[in-house]
Amino acid sequence: MTSPHDDMPPVPAAPVDKAALARARRGRNIALAIGLVLFVVLVYGVTLVRMGGHVASRPL
Amino acid sequence: MDPGAPFAYEAPDMSKPVAIEDRAASQPALWSDYLQLLKPRVMSLVVFTAATGLVCANQPINPLLGAVAILCIAVGAGASGALNMWFDADIDGRMRRTRARPVPTGKIRGAEAATLGITLSLFSVMLLGMTTNWLAAGLLAFTIYFYVVVYTMWLKRWTPQNIVIGGLAGALPPAIGWAAAAGETPLNAWLMVLIIFMWTPPHAWALALYTSEDYAKVGVPMMPVAKGAASTRKQILIYSLLFAPICQIPAFTGLGGPVYLAVAALGGAVFVLLAWRVFRSRAGDAPDERIEGEDRLYAVRASSKDARNLFAFSILYLTLLFAALLAEHLAKIAPLELL
Repeated sequence: MTSPHDDMPPVPAAPVDKAALARARRGRNIALAIGLVLFVVLVYGVTLVRMGGHVASRPL
Repeated sequence: MDPGAPFAYEAPDMSKPVAIEDRAASQPALWSDYLQLLKPRVMSLVVFTAATGLVCANQPINPLLGAVAILCIAVGAGASGALNMWFDADIDGRMRRTRARPVPTGKIRGAEAATLGITLSLFSVMLLGMTTNWLAAGLLAFTIYFYVVVYTMWLKRWTPQNIVIGGLAGALPPAIGWAAAAGETPLNAWLMVLIIFMWTPPHAWALALYTSEDYAKVGVPMMPVAKGAASTRKQILIYSLLFAPICQIPAFTGLGGPVYLAVAALGGAVFVLLAWRVFRSRAGDAPDERIEGEDRLYAVRASSKDARNLFAFSILYLTLLFAALLAEHLAKIAPLELL
């Protein structure tokens, strides 16, 4: 997986734009945060549906 | 290889192709680049067919659980796409259609794409199993395995039958949706799978007829590259003649109603007609050396139009077939059950 492929054109070295990097990282982090929150909400909702009502009065 | 095959082609090495080297990103990856890894356009078709399977099961399912099931199937399909892009980065970078993908452009490293694909695969299968049932989860896991290992890593670079066999992965979502709702996959669920399975070869080969130069360049033995355009056009016609009648079967098994039958019959006739035109055309042929100048180019391009028409109509036809099934079941139109 890590040996270079001879046919691939070399990627030209681009000047590092620190502001662009920070913006891109911020965007990715926000997307990840939204994804995680949605996942938590999803699991919470699924748990409620799967457990059904009257959870407290179920036989132990 | 047939002597009439249009492009120089050498049988590829059967060993594992060299995966792309992790290269330093030339520009920062945006969240949308990660989304692109999941092949959102493929996901949309998967969502549509899986939702149709789920609805056609006619089993009561909580709307939230149904939505989560579809989400899991979509994410599983996306994960397959990410793993496909990781493995195929070496050839993607040399094909016009795929060279702008995030891995070959260096925006996302191959290892990252692979990690995302594996993580999302596990996530989608586990969540689908815990939310609905393990039959659906097992089918999703099999679909991901089949697409990534059997199709991408094995068949794609080895045999011209790659998309015929590999098409099973793209055909399974309706059965997964059905299983998620009903906990079983009866004959009608597999009938939906069969329809997509038989649709795939004429659809993919119609596209390959006018993009075969790209495939030849990277050594992928698509049918027009390995067997020639004439053989491909004949096989498109044969598959179409089998596919069109198969599309009528749901009207006899209690799956499709009158709307479905009308769409299947009319669309099937058009499909066969377009396949016949492709068969009679010179789509995919190399330019005729005897024709001079601009005329030579025009003759080939004009014949490729038949292949483009079939490709475009094939998408429309499959969409209409599943839309008809979905609409009939949502509107509770009774199926015909002609048998």
